[in-house]
Amino acid sequence: MTALLRVQDLKKYFPVGKDLLGRPTQVVQAVDGVSFSVEKGRTLGIVGESGCGKSTTARLLMHLIEPDEGRISIRGKEFGNISGRHPVAELRRQMQMVFQDSYASLNPRLTIEDSIAFGPQIHGVSEREARQQARDLLEKVGLNPNVFVRRYPHELSGGQRQRVNIARALAIKPEIVLLDEAVSALDKSVQAQVLNLLSDLKKEFGLTYLFISHDLNVVQYISDDVMVMYLGQVVESGPVEQLYQNPAHPYTRALLSSVPSQTPHERKQHKVLEGDPPNPIAPPSGCRFHPRCEHARAICSSQQPETTRVEGLHQAACFMLPANPNHEKYIQLQEVSA
Amino acid sequence: MTTIASTTSKEKFALAAETAAVSRGYWTTVWTRLVRDPVSVGCAVVLLLMVLIAVFAPLLAPYDPSQGTMLKRLSPIGTEGHWLGTDELGRDMLSRLMHGGQMSLMMGLLPVFIAFAIGTSLGLIAGFFGGWINSLIMRTTDVFFAFPAVLLAIAISGALGAGFINAIISLTLVFIPPIARVAESVTTSVRNLDFVEAARASGAGNFTIIRVHVLGNVLGPVFIYATSLVSVCMILAAGLSFLGLGVRPPTPEWGLMLNTLRQSIYIQPWISVLPGLMIFITSLCFNLLSDGLRSAMDIKR
Repeated sequence: MTALLRVQDLKKYFPVGKDLLGRPTQVVQAVDGVSFSVEKGRTLGIVGESGCGKSTTARLLMHLIEPDEGRISIRGKEFGNISGRHPVAELRRQMQMVFQDSYASLNPRLTIEDSIAFGPQIHGVSEREARQQARDLLEKVGLNPNVFVRRYPHELSGGQRQRVNIARALAIKPEIVLLDEAVSALDKSVQAQVLNLLSDLKKEFGLTYLFISHDLNVVQYISDDVMVMYLGQVVESGPVEQLYQNPAHPYTRALLSSVPSQTPHERKQHKVLEGDPPNPIAPPSGCRFHPRCEHARAICSSQQPETTRVEGLHQAACFMLPANPNHEKYIQLQEVSA
Repeated sequence: MTTIASTTSKEKFALAAETAAVSRGYWTTVWTRLVRDPVSVGCAVVLLLMVLIAVFAPLLAPYDPSQGTMLKRLSPIGTEGHWLGTDELGRDMLSRLMHGGQMSLMMGLLPVFIAFAIGTSLGLIAGFFGGWINSLIMRTTDVFFAFPAVLLAIAISGALGAGFINAIISLTLVFIPPIARVAESVTTSVRNLDFVEAARASGAGNFTIIRVHVLGNVLGPVFIYATSLVSVCMILAAGLSFLGLGVRPPTPEWGLMLNTLRQSIYIQPWISVLPGLMIFITSLCFNLLSDGLRSAMDIKR
């Protein structure tokens, strides 16, 4: 089965500072060679600390930010602003996005109905039809259309607004929905309601989700596959059960051990990840995680680890994996003294 | 049976209550808030009266504003037949103040209105597109900020020559840069909000995004700022007329009247003050109204 969405070697470097001639003096490697694919009807969770490039990846996919390099294709059709690729406008009909800030992502001067009906009208649906669709969608996301159509965003609660944002994204009838921290700003009980709503909508409309979050529990709950990002790169990816039960990369292990356990006797005694992620302007050489990694050896600072298979579709980029072509070197070399 | 009936009626009641809570539009809310503010309403009434009196001055004024008798020069306030006295040429002050409102109000409002239209467009374009377009527009307007507003108005007016139209042009030019600057900063902050990104993601082009999503959020704050400029403009216009760069005598205009009556300040100080008082009241009303409008539009989340 071919993947619905395939992303290959996506890159975005942001210039920081300019010299006298307007050339960038430094660059932030926000997204550096991200590749993944999602099959129809599945949910890919993307996790990582803040600043690891999760949201930038989402914006690059929507072409809200122009990628420097990389290929984005849906059903084998490649999209982009380069000649020979299909237009971005078409991409935006097939992929929509829900933002984290439910208030900022709704125009305060427009009614809920106008906000939802805006997108379809761009694509040539008549105003009347778009309004009818908006009412239907409001019902689908669990808001009584008779009550909410004429309301303004400031009169709604955070959960209600996020439901409206979901309806707005669905109004264009996309196949793929990017959820960028879509439930992170909501409190736990509302979060659960919205997550359940997302699951229902996915079944009803046959959607495919890209679920970006820093909340590992939420990602575990909603995702079929998970991708872990660190400093603009993918360090580990795979089916959710495999990855959560048997994390292969030291960073994933550290992340998972930082999740508080629900039962006291299962409390983990792992080392907590220390320090902040390094500066993305000058990322560490070799494996970008090596300065914070307790298993780092000389090779880790000199060479970037290849992405290697752990088991089945589960893969990670670490020299500690036996399948890594440079695993022998890692074993032979002395541990780096801290 | 009765229980069913009671539940349905209850549901109906609940639904009715919900529908009743449906909000009115944003501008309706702003209007209700503005109307509840006694200061704003008072100022609006005063301004409306001034406009009406100025417009209907030919019908209301007891005398011809440019006809006077030298015998009755500088009669004091309260003189029979001339309740606000007469000026240095024996013309009825009340009639002149009424007629003068036409020019003065026009010179206060028209430049700000034109500058609002041009400045907002420039600021919108600069703020929305950013980059070199922004630099081009904003750096050009920055040149105007190098000179004080009064000096700039006098310089442009002086270069163009005296007259009503030229005064309007020079005042408009003076007010475009500050309005453009405010519009640019508001647009820049609106442009970076997620709903603009969301609109772009739904496939809308720049023009549609500006029309539907940006303009509505920018006009309000810029309009408030523009109303606060009306008083400044009136004072500048009066200044231009005072210097002989605006309206020419014998056309009645408050600034010009202030100038000609200046020589009589030791003989009839109260009459000399009258045109200034009119300028003061009008600009005060515009300022208070703009303050009221600002707080009325500041609806919390």
